[in-house]
Amino acid sequence: MPPASETAPGEPVLVVEGVTSGYGGGDVLHDVSMSVPAGGITCVVGPNGAGKSTLLATISGLLRPRRGSITFRGEPLGGKSPRQILGLGLVHVPQNHSLFREMTVRENIELGGYIIRDRSLLARRLAGIEETFPQVAAWAGKKAGSLSGGEQRLVEFARCMMLDPALVILDEPSMGLSPKVLRSVFDAVRMMNARGKTILLVEQNARAGLRLSTHGVVMENGRVRLAGTGEQVLGHPEIGALYLGGSPAT
Amino acid sequence: MTTMLRAASVSKAFGGVQALQDCTITVEEGTIAGLIGPNGSGKTTLFNIMTGYERVDGGDVYLGDRNITNLQPQRVFALGIGRTFQLTRIFPRLTVMENMLVAAQHTGHGRTRNPLARAGGRADRQRATDLLEFAGIARHADALADTLSYGQRKLLELSYVLVADPAIVLLDEPAGGVNPSLIHHIADRIRELNAAGKTFLIVEHNMEFVMGLCGHVTVLDYGTVVATGPPEIIRSDPRVLDAYLGIAEEDDDAPGQ
Repeated sequence: MPPASETAPGEPVLVVEGVTSGYGGGDVLHDVSMSVPAGGITCVVGPNGAGKSTLLATISGLLRPRRGSITFRGEPLGGKSPRQILGLGLVHVPQNHSLFREMTVRENIELGGYIIRDRSLLARRLAGIEETFPQVAAWAGKKAGSLSGGEQRLVEFARCMMLDPALVILDEPSMGLSPKVLRSVFDAVRMMNARGKTILLVEQNARAGLRLSTHGVVMENGRVRLAGTGEQVLGHPEIGALYLGGSPAT
Repeated sequence: MTTMLRAASVSKAFGGVQALQDCTITVEEGTIAGLIGPNGSGKTTLFNIMTGYERVDGGDVYLGDRNITNLQPQRVFALGIGRTFQLTRIFPRLTVMENMLVAAQHTGHGRTRNPLARAGGRADRQRATDLLEFAGIARHADALADTLSYGQRKLLELSYVLVADPAIVLLDEPAGGVNPSLIHHIADRIRELNAAGKTFLIVEHNMEFVMGLCGHVTVLDYGTVVATGPPEIIRSDPRVLDAYLGIAEEDDDAPGQ
């Protein structure tokens, strides 16, 4: 397989165009278009039920779009399985704790490389991760279930690096974490970004998420309502109204 | 105005998590009150405490002048507080009418082994039919509750609670997961019941629904009341915005730190 083409910084690594998607009988996303610039951190925020997690699930192939298209590094994702999408370098860290509690931290991280056959490549990746996440390396022999919520998040981040992804998708990494722990988790997000990973995250703490990010998208009721740089979105006068209702835009 | 329901300085912890901290909320008789707050702010815990599903660590709950703190759920229900649940609790393998008759049985005295055998009287059936007609689901009376749409289940649950003619109804996310046209229908039903004198306390994430329906809104964040007042005040209260938008991580740093 030829290596996927590199996306120049600032160019979109992911393009979502006119996507309508949902579960069962109803649509959750309505004609959603957005893009994720390479090399940046893009944060999607919005009130409960806005469709944020549905958007992520549609991008990573867990849910098929009913209309519209998604393109990753120039390649249309239509019809691809989650596993194929994973293989293209797009990794999704879900909202709920997803580690195998009874397995060790190291075993959990190794599982992140499940689709890799080359053992020496696996070993190199593991060594690289232990260097990137020294604190995670120190927990290698511990059972994942014995770690705190914030520690488990870091292990999930370390695990997703096994595939050396071009795009890391994080669904509410701050969920359930205290402000202090949130800071260390956000530091880890910045660190992955500094190591060349483009990040797309959903955050419930909109202000913290947008401040962390280069780009922001506000969703409401299954639609994109605002988009721009993190700062533009953070300072937009409409953002409060999108959460509390009464917006002239609705 | 007379106070219908009041939780006074209620606190509740689950293990190390302080779900509610010195929480006070008052619902006046004849009003529709709203209770909002971000995920995990303690709304459902407060509902559970007010309806006897959880015990308080501290504080009291009053229905009118009566202290109902830590009473069993069935006692609270019998005293006049009806409630619905976030995820509807109906009997899926019973018909819609049978669900209503089970509810009717709970309003009578004593227990019965087979609720359907005793509570199937003409008066019960008539009242059940009236309520289902009011809710707009009477045509489904003989269908299994299982076959109802999610919004129709919410309406069944509302009808079911009304069988006991409670003084106040607590609704946990009545609009959650319901399609927009049915949301309007549910809001209209609540308004009609309120016009006829019923008091409501509503937990809901749909802001247009809450702000359009409620005369008074209380906002919880991390288990404490951060604001309370009419919707137009709540919408522009910076503490409410902080609760919903969060506080950026650097904001709490002293300069130069």
